[in-house]
Amino acid sequence: MTDPVLQVEGLCKRFGALTVTDGVGFDVRPGEIHALIGPNGAGKTTLIQQICGRLVPDAGTIRFLGEDITRLPTHRRAQRGLARTFQITRLLPGFTTLQNVATAVQRRRGSSFRFLRPVGRDREIDAAARALLQRTGLGARAEVPASALSHGEKRQLELAMALALEPKLLVLDEPMAGTGREETARLVELLRGLAGTLPMILVEHDMSAVFALADRISVLVYGRVVATGTPAEIRANPEVRAAYLGEEAA
Amino acid sequence: MASDAMSTVDIGASPSALRSVWPALLIFAVLALVPVVAPLLGGGTYPLTVAGRIMIFAIAAVSLDLILGYGGLVSFGHAAFIGLGAYALGILMDAGLEEGLLLLPAAMLAAAVFALLTGAVSLKTRGVHYIMITLAFGQMAYFTMTSLSAYGGDDGLTLWSRPLVAGFDWLNDRSAFYYIVLLLLVTAWALCRAVTRSRFGRVLRGCREDEERMRALGYDPFAYRLAATVIAGAIAGLAGALLAIQAEFVSPAYMSWQRSGELIVMVVLGGIGSLHGAIVGAAAFLLAEELLSGVTEHWRLIFGPLLILVVLFLRGGLGGLLGKVRHD
Repeated sequence: MTDPVLQVEGLCKRFGALTVTDGVGFDVRPGEIHALIGPNGAGKTTLIQQICGRLVPDAGTIRFLGEDITRLPTHRRAQRGLARTFQITRLLPGFTTLQNVATAVQRRRGSSFRFLRPVGRDREIDAAARALLQRTGLGARAEVPASALSHGEKRQLELAMALALEPKLLVLDEPMAGTGREETARLVELLRGLAGTLPMILVEHDMSAVFALADRISVLVYGRVVATGTPAEIRANPEVRAAYLGEEAA
Repeated sequence: MASDAMSTVDIGASPSALRSVWPALLIFAVLALVPVVAPLLGGGTYPLTVAGRIMIFAIAAVSLDLILGYGGLVSFGHAAFIGLGAYALGILMDAGLEEGLLLLPAAMLAAAVFALLTGAVSLKTRGVHYIMITLAFGQMAYFTMTSLSAYGGDDGLTLWSRPLVAGFDWLNDRSAFYYIVLLLLVTAWALCRAVTRSRFGRVLRGCREDEERMRALGYDPFAYRLAATVIAGAIAGLAGALLAIQAEFVSPAYMSWQRSGELIVMVVLGGIGSLHGAIVGAAAFLLAEELLSGVTEHWRLIFGPLLILVVLFLRGGLGGLLGKVRHD
């Protein structure tokens, strides 16, 4: 039970002479929200891409639920329960909000190699999708095309799609970026509601959101983890203050 | 921008099945009336031959629309499936097989196998590379057939008879052949329509919308696209076999890259991602060819600008004039 959900060890990634991920190691424990913070260019996005399968690391291992997934393609990781949101939202723009979530729900329920029965008659999938839209505050927007949603609504929709996968780990890549104060508050509320049951990796620049949500924080600077600890420990860590928090204050 | 998106999804309309089917039903009704009306107008067997040819190419265009319109894959080698279907039929008839109920499935199988093998390679690429590699496979098939001297090589292969249907000699009857082709067109359309609206179709369309998003949901776009390519290849192979029966001749020209280009033009003309549009597009293209080539042999000089006008001013193509498509 105390085994970590995700365990990253000695992860390295170079682009030419530039080492973007430099021996990164951290883990995510069951039920915890683990925030990854760091200044711009610290390699957060590159790290996320390696965890989610878009980039293959040069060295090191990523273990998910006890299984080595370092070289597994993205869709296989997703099938094992690793769901994510994107820094720049990625939706199915020509689909309605409901269809976006239904497409995610469908992946969890039976085969998608069914060729003849119309999906419109798949009441179970639609009902599950509608329930998720209610939960994420998009209930009234079900029939609107995803491309017509506001920025904050698109964030909510991405989250609804991730939750539809009934994930075992949720990776959130800057979920608050570009959202207004009110929307941020709503997202924080939503994530807090999930905390304790669903482990999460939270990459975020909004420090108030990070400190409000995170159980533990890892600080990434120039591709290295310089500190990992509880919010209180991170706040008190002189190295972090110098490298990051101090910078922001100045 | 918001209103733009609204119009493509066509919200607000009730998802009545009839609403989205009637344009196709109208087209089928018109096609069904051709053999009845044509004798009254004179012109002998000519209208029936042209309409039959339209329906055969419509079958191929509908199958291309499945991967081009719904899969977002610009395949420039679709004519190869047609040619392989035609050759499979021609070669088996040459070997003495006469039963259409065996020949047509065999033609579909041949094209499907080719689609599976080439698709497994070409679908590893994207964008321009995909276009070029499908073109290359198409040309490979074309040159293989032109050099196959046992089956006519450049000159093609003459069929000395038409296949039987369950032992009956129906295909030599013009009207019977016409209605069999119509029945197959309706079947191909209905099948593709069901596929695009199914769970599978939703995933296929999703991969067109955003491949990376679909991967993050746990879908492997490759598998779905390959399956769609095989389905489309089989249907195009059927069209090829029918083309061979109608002409009583198999020509390597069926699989030239120009043919693939013309099929894309048919789909674009009729409206990408609208199956009845593909039928309208095939009809418009072949009728334009018939009518304009009577005026001048440089008929494409007139047709080209018309195509540009359709693309520029008719969002949804000619098929869009009949009705919008709605999914789910």
